[in-house]
Amino acid sequence: MDLFLQQLLTGLANGAIYACLALAVVMIYQAIDHFNFAQGEMAMFSTYICWAMIAGGVPYWIAFFATIIISFVGGLAIERIIFKPLHNAPVLSHIVVFIGLVAIFNSFAGAIWDHNIKTFPSPFPDGSFGGLIGLHEVGMFFVTLLLLLAIFCFFRFTRVGMAMQAAAANPDSAGLVGIRVGWMLALGWGLAAAIGAVAGMMIAPIVFLEPNMMLGILLYGFAAAIVGGISSPGGAVAGGFLVGIIENMAGTYIPAIGSELKLTVALILIVTVLLFKPNGLFGKTIVTRV
Amino acid sequence: MSQLLDVKGLEASYGPTKVLHGLDFSLEQGGVTTILGANGAGKTTTLRAISGMVTRKGAIQLEGAELTTLQTADITRKGIAHVPEGRGTFVRMSAEDNLRLGAYSRSDKAGIAEDVERVYGYFPILKQRRNQQAGTLSGGEAQMLAVGRALMLRPRLLLLDEPSFGLAPLIVQELFEILKRINVEEGVSMLLVEQNASLALELADHAYLLETGNIVISGTSESILENETVRRSYLGY
Repeated sequence: MDLFLQQLLTGLANGAIYACLALAVVMIYQAIDHFNFAQGEMAMFSTYICWAMIAGGVPYWIAFFATIIISFVGGLAIERIIFKPLHNAPVLSHIVVFIGLVAIFNSFAGAIWDHNIKTFPSPFPDGSFGGLIGLHEVGMFFVTLLLLLAIFCFFRFTRVGMAMQAAAANPDSAGLVGIRVGWMLALGWGLAAAIGAVAGMMIAPIVFLEPNMMLGILLYGFAAAIVGGISSPGGAVAGGFLVGIIENMAGTYIPAIGSELKLTVALILIVTVLLFKPNGLFGKTIVTRV
Repeated sequence: MSQLLDVKGLEASYGPTKVLHGLDFSLEQGGVTTILGANGAGKTTTLRAISGMVTRKGAIQLEGAELTTLQTADITRKGIAHVPEGRGTFVRMSAEDNLRLGAYSRSDKAGIAEDVERVYGYFPILKQRRNQQAGTLSGGEAQMLAVGRALMLRPRLLLLDEPSFGLAPLIVQELFEILKRINVEEGVSMLLVEQNASLALELADHAYLLETGNIVISGTSESILENETVRRSYLGY
């Protein structure tokens, strides 16, 4: 029983990591209707910016919020400079650019800050909650919920949030009601980059900072978003925790999987959910009459 | 009556394919004008050219202000509401959210709330469906929602692309009666594209006949109705 509880809490702790990144994935999907494969590397790069500021003597919280702002502007700039000229290009071109961005961010992070693994500070006190789960993990859990609440309110109650959804779902019609569609895309990129930055800064204290820190995690983030439902931020968070728990349980209780094949669990989850419930466990089924 | 919209030498193309070959036409303030023509004549493209949704050349002036240099969103903000082909509602959102998005470019909260009620006045069925996902509405309801959303802009000019498409005759009749009321009561000018020529000529006071990207006949609705060619090819008697 103790082992079970231990694994459940570890699963939840890992789940918080995936949930955080899944939120960024959902955010960009809401804006551009695609996955952004460079999401993880962008988050990693943001985390390095924060690390550099802290190393330069800037207090944690100032660096934290400055990084969010810098990432927002960076995301906005990526859309305006790189994706705007590609606006009418086929999806494959976009994917090539995503892959290019992955390579660029990864190599630049290595070139600027070298490839040595760095520790990243946590804003939460050291120690653990009853010896079962670290306080950083608990703090991260609440940061994720807070982010979720903010995103929910943004999409549900703000004019811009509504306009962003409209622009993603039907760009032609969005233009016809006076929404500047191009800027909505840019805003989506900015917000996704900012959320990704928060995810990166929360994840780094656990996995340590290095240019490849996000490679595996992003896969789990995608799995979380797909399991939960790519159209629903709440589903993505729930999906994150689910993936975290399932992955841990499978690793512990199914000897054939162990810690070696954990990543496979994420991939199996993606395929299974897509096969049987393509909108995700919590995603809205879109009804259209023709 | 004075001119609301003045179009000169309008050309439009999709990639290398030119679809409109220099159209000249104008719309009168407060009037209803219709563009008739067969499939592929360029009717929809003409509306899309006015709204800036297709590559275009020439001059389009709204009371003297040039529109060809503007983007779709900014043309909309000048008071031109476009009810697109296929209705173009936001299917995942509720009917009322669709209406509210129609007023996206406005900031007068009280006026917007008032206009939502005004639209419900024209289309009472939408009030019953207000919280329903737009994708689940029937064809007629979806078309009413599309027109209602366009009205939320408080437009000066309403561009209507085949509003009768796919609707039952009774619904079409109801819809066109309401369009007439909107024109008379609110003074909204309209440019109507229709395949159903007799229906369009009933509502419109002026008409243009479009054939493969050129205007071949124009005049008042009465004169068009009496025109031999039109009667034979488009009215079928």
